[in-house]
Amino acid sequence: MIAPKYTNLLELHAMRKAYPGCLANDDIDLDLRAGEIHALLGENGAGKSTLVKMIYGLLKPDAGEIIFEGKAVNITSPAMARGLGIAMVFQHFSLFDSLTVTQNIALGIGQKHDLDGLSEQINAISQRYGLPLDPQRHVYSLSVGERQRIEIIRCLLQQPKLMVMDEPTSVLTPQEVEKLFVTLQRLCDEGLSILYISHKLDEIKAICHRATVLRDGKRVACVEVADESPKTMAALMMGEELKTSSKRVKPKLGPVRLQLDALNMHAPDELGMALKDISLRVHGGEIVGIAGVAGNGQDELLQAINGERLCSSAPMVQIDGQDAGQMSVSQRRVIGLSSVPEKRLGHGAVPSMSLLDNTLLTAYERLGLVGKGWIDHQKSRTVTEQIVSEHDVKATGLSAPASSLSGGNLQKYIVGRELQQQPEVLVVSQPTWGVDAGAAQNIREALKALAKKGAAVLVISQDLDELMEITDRIGAICAGSLSSFYATDTVNYEQMGLLMAGAQSGELAAVS
Amino acid sequence: MTDLILPILLTLMTAATPLLFAAIGELVTEKSGVLNLGVEGMMLMGAVSGFATWHLTGSPFLGVLGGMAAGALMASLFAFLVLVLHASQVPTGLALTIFGIGLSALIGQGLVGVAYDGLPNLAVPLLSEIPFVGPLLFNQDALIYLSFALAFGVMWFMNKSHSGLVLRAVGDSHDAAYAMGYKVVRIRFLAILFGGAMAGVGGAYLSLAYSPLWAENMTAGRGWIALALVVFASWRTSRVLLGAYLFGGINIIQLHAQAMGANVPSQVMSMLPYLATIVVLVLISRDQAKIKLNAPASLTKPFHPSV
Amino acid sequence: MLQLIKRPSPSKAMVYLSPVLALLLTLCAGLVLFSLMGVSPMAALKAFFVTPISTTYGLGELWVKATPLILIGVALSLGFRAGVWNIGAEGQLLMGGIFGGAAALFFYEKTGFYILPLILLAGILGGLFWASIVAFLRTQFNANEILTSLMLTYVASLLLSLLVHGPFKDPDGFNFPESRIFSDSALLPILFEGTRMHFGAIIAVLVSLGGWLLLSKSLLGYQIKVMGDAPDAGTHAGFSQKKIIWIALLLSGGAAGLAGVIELTGPIGQILPNISPGYGFAAIIVAYVGRLHPIGALFAGLLLALSYLGGETAQIKLNLPLAVTGVFQGMLLFFILACDVFIHYQIKPRSASIA
Repeated sequence: MIAPKYTNLLELHAMRKAYPGCLANDDIDLDLRAGEIHALLGENGAGKSTLVKMIYGLLKPDAGEIIFEGKAVNITSPAMARGLGIAMVFQHFSLFDSLTVTQNIALGIGQKHDLDGLSEQINAISQRYGLPLDPQRHVYSLSVGERQRIEIIRCLLQQPKLMVMDEPTSVLTPQEVEKLFVTLQRLCDEGLSILYISHKLDEIKAICHRATVLRDGKRVACVEVADESPKTMAALMMGEELKTSSKRVKPKLGPVRLQLDALNMHAPDELGMALKDISLRVHGGEIVGIAGVAGNGQDELLQAINGERLCSSAPMVQIDGQDAGQMSVSQRRVIGLSSVPEKRLGHGAVPSMSLLDNTLLTAYERLGLVGKGWIDHQKSRTVTEQIVSEHDVKATGLSAPASSLSGGNLQKYIVGRELQQQPEVLVVSQPTWGVDAGAAQNIREALKALAKKGAAVLVISQDLDELMEITDRIGAICAGSLSSFYATDTVNYEQMGLLMAGAQSGELAAVS
Repeated sequence: MTDLILPILLTLMTAATPLLFAAIGELVTEKSGVLNLGVEGMMLMGAVSGFATWHLTGSPFLGVLGGMAAGALMASLFAFLVLVLHASQVPTGLALTIFGIGLSALIGQGLVGVAYDGLPNLAVPLLSEIPFVGPLLFNQDALIYLSFALAFGVMWFMNKSHSGLVLRAVGDSHDAAYAMGYKVVRIRFLAILFGGAMAGVGGAYLSLAYSPLWAENMTAGRGWIALALVVFASWRTSRVLLGAYLFGGINIIQLHAQAMGANVPSQVMSMLPYLATIVVLVLISRDQAKIKLNAPASLTKPFHPSV
Repeated sequence: MLQLIKRPSPSKAMVYLSPVLALLLTLCAGLVLFSLMGVSPMAALKAFFVTPISTTYGLGELWVKATPLILIGVALSLGFRAGVWNIGAEGQLLMGGIFGGAAALFFYEKTGFYILPLILLAGILGGLFWASIVAFLRTQFNANEILTSLMLTYVASLLLSLLVHGPFKDPDGFNFPESRIFSDSALLPILFEGTRMHFGAIIAVLVSLGGWLLLSKSLLGYQIKVMGDAPDAGTHAGFSQKKIIWIALLLSGGAAGLAGVIELTGPIGQILPNISPGYGFAAIIVAYVGRLHPIGALFAGLLLALSYLGGETAQIKLNLPLAVTGVFQGMLLFFILACDVFIHYQIKPRSASIA
């Protein structure tokens, strides 16, 4: 019996990485014991992803030391990391849509492989760990949860010693999260160490043994999870800036401002989702949330409401009582509907254009920035200045291209641009996805303020925490259909999970 | 009847072969996620270099190699700009064509008016004696045999080999491939080089076999037709083979129609391949969803690995 | 080893310096090329770039050649900005020639001030017609405009050949494939005595200014830029992609058609089987060297015009083949695409550590 010569499977000493204008990792230490599930905890922008990319050989550290299995290693490529026994499940999956599950996994393993034999191995692992997956399916036809399983199975096939998981639950329903945790627990029991990256405190409490907490690129603590409460960990994670969000008071409901009536629309292409019989009313003064796992029709719904795709009949979308289903994007905007799409660069803003020019994109009609076909550059500058100052957008100037802004600042700018037009109805998709904590807080407060002024706000989001915090009513979208809607303070996460998975209201009653 | 059809089929094969080479080369390039619009320029350079090498060395074999090398050299220029200097693919491909047209004309100055017999046919003993099928399949020049070997080889490579899988993966998502540690730039460089070499051979076939001489702009748009063939084929090798022979067929209808005394102006007959290309493009492109599903998803997208 | 570091935001200076650098590199490559061809490089460069414009007549010729290049280059700049790859401007130019030429022959016996504008209009219509086929196929059937516009160029060139050998042929022309010489009412007025510089040059300058106004000051110009850079953002804003495709193609088709008829009613004066030495293709280079900017296209048009003149002079003086022009033009485009890397990247030695 040979006892391992080390207690820590992985040790990081003073890891440092700087980007132009930002020290992403400032001398970070971490030790991960063999056989534990170790959390790497921090807000968006705290430096978690940078750290794990260095562990996986995707980024070269400026300074610092990595010790794996008691030996100092210099990990220069993902292949080398895999060779050492480090596997990684990315937040954004590295998958090839046009290839099959087996082909994807063969590529991930990186050596020539007998594909039939591999399929059998995939079946074996998928049964053993409760990860159902058909090896012959093409990736484009799979759900997000299934895609994540490909990544996990790919990792497991390499029999790793350490598995790094970057925000694995951000795309799953609560029920899927539970199943994942069962799988992780079993893996851990079999001796696999897991580095679990998250900012969700309940999850860490549920599954992790210890947690290293990052804030603003620095390591602030390493704690035994059992000794902490979510509250104490939140304090570590957010530090002094622990802001309490303004309490949502029961809104004064105005008239119905946005109404969807049996909205049906075919899918834009084979990769898209059809909308089925969608009906919904949003009153002035209220915030309504639509939860759902990515790819269930969220983009299609936004485009049907804002006019990027036209409905087959006009009453399917009604804005302030007007039949708008066949109005163009511009017409709908003129009568008061603004929208913020999920994809910021390339959909909500033109990446190569300056903020000045991006202001024109959606604001030129309601704010009168164009007269007789000619642009009023002066006026558009004034408006841009207002957006930037009122919403605290940090940029090198008004001429800075949109692509040069950080995700949080760009989103503050885009939301600010829509708010500047004082919309009667605002539809927002993924308002704070990938946005740093401070900016996310700003944006949520801005949405609440807009509703308070009497506008109808519809928030489409995968972030259930966010919806639970800011909405008055909530429902879910699944496979292009909407669930029933409930007052937000009457539903719990488990019920929401069922709705996101397509449960009917009857099944929901059984839970509550 | 056979006497009439056989010569038509024989010319059809010679007309299809340059298209087949160029289109298969471009298919491999595009499968890696790179659109090289310089096929016409690379073919012209292949044609003039192949002919010049033959003229200088007296060896048609070296001529083919010369054409191949010229095509690959042109492609490496494109690859350097696109992969190393991050130039956008569409204008760089156009530049390659414009440059190739000019340079081939310059190199070919002294070659105008020189003519040869063309590549010799290699008859397979006994098999070539079979009536009809024999002369068609077993008494052709080396490049025609080679073109079939190429088509089936690429078919196998794409569908059965691990390297082919990697190539398709790079064309599907260069970011994912990069994240897995595949050398995206190196793989694309090789794919572009292969595409250039094949365009070069296709061009050389024109000046060494199809009409063994050099004339300015002698490709007459075949490089562009090869590009259209890849779209027509929905990026599938077997359909490139089919498409090349279809277009070879259209190309020779004009020749034989005139020989048979059809009373149509020659210019109208010459328009046929171009008009047919447009018709085919329209028919194929109508189904946008299908194109989206079959086209390599990274095609023409710039690749900037994050730090 | 060197490595490229992405700049936080594009360098404004390099946008303007890149063409200069590219021109210098082209000249250097030209020196090598001329030495390889066994002529004195300096003499060749002089013949190429100095001699042609050392006389008033030469300067006039520069404008004669620049006029079609500017017209098409300006329009292509707008089109490329919109992400519409019309590379068949040559075909649209030929159609402009065919339509305009037909009009000129129709008015052969007549005189009047109204004739010339009608002929020019006919030329524009010819280009519009040819480009609208491309736009129709693209917007209706999603057919790639690069390939269709190019195929139509071959068709147009064959059509011109067919017509010049047939209906357009001069009845008293001993069966040469040429039309009658146009009547004076069908010819563009000469601007300066002793040169061939004609009224088209003024049109070209005006088109360039108009293009600039459109692109920088109008909502349409803004829509063009948005659609080219981020079509989804354009759709989100409520702009119609189909509309922009039509406009981009009609603008370049009309401009190319105008260029074609201006060639006929300006320097040529009749219909010939060859009415353009590839102006439609060279205009692609004009657009890029001019930074896809209408005013830039004006200067770039003059530069490319000089390359045509230089090629002719070098052929006469040094017996160099005319193909040298094409090589120069191709190199120029290559170098400018290569130099543009500096707009978005800095080159630095590959260092061990940044911190």
